[in-house]
Amino acid sequence: MTVAISQPLLLNPGKRVLPGFALSMGISLLFISLVLLLPITGLIIQTAGMSWNEYWYVISDPRVVASYKVTLYAAAIAALFNGVFGLLLAWVLVRYEFPGKRIVDALMDLPFALPTAVAGITLAALFAENGWYGSILAEAGIKVAYTPLGIIVAMSFTSLPFVVRTVQPVLEDLAPEDEEAAITMGGSDLSVFRRVVFPSLWPGLLTGIALSFTRSLGEFGAVIFIAGNMPYISEITSLMIFIRLQEFDYAGASAIASVVLMASLLLLFMINIWQAHYLRRIHGR
Amino acid sequence: MSIRVENISKHFGRFQALQPLSLEIPDGQLTGLLGPSGSGKTTLLRIIAGLETPDTGKVYFHGQDVTDIHVRQRRVGFVFQHYALFRHMTVSQNIAFGLEVMPKPERPNKAEIRKRVGELLEMVQLGHLANRYPAQLSGGQKQRVALARALAMQPQVLLLDEPFGALDAKVRKELRRWLRSLHDELHFTSVFVTHDQEEALELSDQVVVMSAGRIEQVDTPQKLYSRPDSRFVFDFLGHTNVIRGEIDHGRLQQGEAWVNLPGIAADHTSGQLYLRPHEVRLQSHPCTQAHLPLSINAVSLIGAEVRLELQPQGWHSDEPWEIGISHSTYNAWQPMRGDTCYAVPEVGHLFSEQDKEPLTFHWQNDLPAPQRTTRMASAMA
Repeated sequence: MTVAISQPLLLNPGKRVLPGFALSMGISLLFISLVLLLPITGLIIQTAGMSWNEYWYVISDPRVVASYKVTLYAAAIAALFNGVFGLLLAWVLVRYEFPGKRIVDALMDLPFALPTAVAGITLAALFAENGWYGSILAEAGIKVAYTPLGIIVAMSFTSLPFVVRTVQPVLEDLAPEDEEAAITMGGSDLSVFRRVVFPSLWPGLLTGIALSFTRSLGEFGAVIFIAGNMPYISEITSLMIFIRLQEFDYAGASAIASVVLMASLLLLFMINIWQAHYLRRIHGR
Repeated sequence: MSIRVENISKHFGRFQALQPLSLEIPDGQLTGLLGPSGSGKTTLLRIIAGLETPDTGKVYFHGQDVTDIHVRQRRVGFVFQHYALFRHMTVSQNIAFGLEVMPKPERPNKAEIRKRVGELLEMVQLGHLANRYPAQLSGGQKQRVALARALAMQPQVLLLDEPFGALDAKVRKELRRWLRSLHDELHFTSVFVTHDQEEALELSDQVVVMSAGRIEQVDTPQKLYSRPDSRFVFDFLGHTNVIRGEIDHGRLQQGEAWVNLPGIAADHTSGQLYLRPHEVRLQSHPCTQAHLPLSINAVSLIGAEVRLELQPQGWHSDEPWEIGISHSTYNAWQPMRGDTCYAVPEVGHLFSEQDKEPLTFHWQNDLPAPQRTTRMASAMA
């Protein structure tokens, strides 16, 4: 039997076997440019209108600096809280079977789905001194609404899903044999978690915490309703940008925004570099 | 340390993984749990380890009831099918794990741990890879690390779940030999799970054949092979040629085929005669004891012998027959596809409706074979 090959299918050297690279890559790049790079460029152009001294003057204004501190401090605590609490939630959702598990799982995304302003108003009402939680906490002498503590509550509420959703798939992929192996060797529950489970979760958890942190740095809607917005005490950086905008000081707003942007980018880059290093070890690449 | 399980059973949901079964595993021996997938062999191993709790029954180590003792305290070495090495730890950290998590009073100090890890690495011949991560090792190396890690605690029982399943044939053979010599040297009680009959027969002192959650037979490899208790065991240990028929007047008959069964008492019943590929000869004319016409379907020349796949002619068999002949016989005879020839049984095992135990027959074939057919060496050695 002979097989007639009418047109030999020859691949050009350098041509990829998987199709669609040029088109999909082109669209991706265009999209990245339109929604990410262009606005950032706009931001830089806005600030470029200022001299270095003006820029420095705007971003080092004592009230703005105080807002950096409040924002960083609140975001850091919120992210750490989410790190612990989010890990716990993900653990429960992956490891155990219980009635209503699917509903709880779906509820995890609520903070993302809820308009942040709605979240802010709700939280403010709950934690106000006459609110459900606020009245109980007030008896213990704890004030949440209109204090930096309120900022932390709002930030951790809106960014919790980042931790849960990054840790969940890692936990699901965790081989039960690893834990079983550790247990047959006599490891206690604590040492198995600390030495075997946690090191596998750690990269994912750290990414979740970092995302939660950067999201909190820029959170606006949920925070301003509960923060009280007292200068030097409970003003966040996003509010400072908003105030500049209301005064039609676009350059000033952009200058402060650029600080937030740089802080976020720096953090994400650092996490990525560290993670690549850590994962290379695990995957042997 | 000897292991005894009594009346162990286990359900997973509605699936009965283990029927109530009892088993004795002697001290210092290598025991193979052999069976197809789903036969419950891994479940039994995990129950012995304490990774699974039985629904009923008891597990004894050295006569002591350990059923309610946590896996942590049972001190068994367990090697997992996919090694379960900790990916974020180096080879030596993996091996040291068991020693490092010991409670403070018993834990050896750092220097002792290092020394012990060094010894174990030497034992598994991986001293040069101490600081590698598992991802940088080959399958065989990972398996040896897993073994060293399981042996670090000096367990008296070593349990291995499909230890060589994921390795290629050559590495598998090498590791098998190595495990055997390690076992002979250290003399712990080992139980391993496998679905590979060759592996079970080669490695074990005692083989436990399982199917559908039951134990079919427990015996030494030699006994298991020469005297299988059941059709399942017979079928499972390599290829068999089967002729099913009616037994009448000392003869098994089906269609045009028949075999004399010298000295058989049973009459007017049906039975199945099992013949191993090397217990049958082929010749071009029927002999006085049997008439089993076959036509050659396929000839496979690869290996120590020539394998012929044969189709019954004028009678029926569920699966084609397979008979091995030596290369010299093949060269002298030159059988072609489509040729007809006759099977001459030498040893056969009859499972009849009436008898529970199979009957073994040895035929003296008086007729000299027209062509010199040499019997091949045992295929299952």
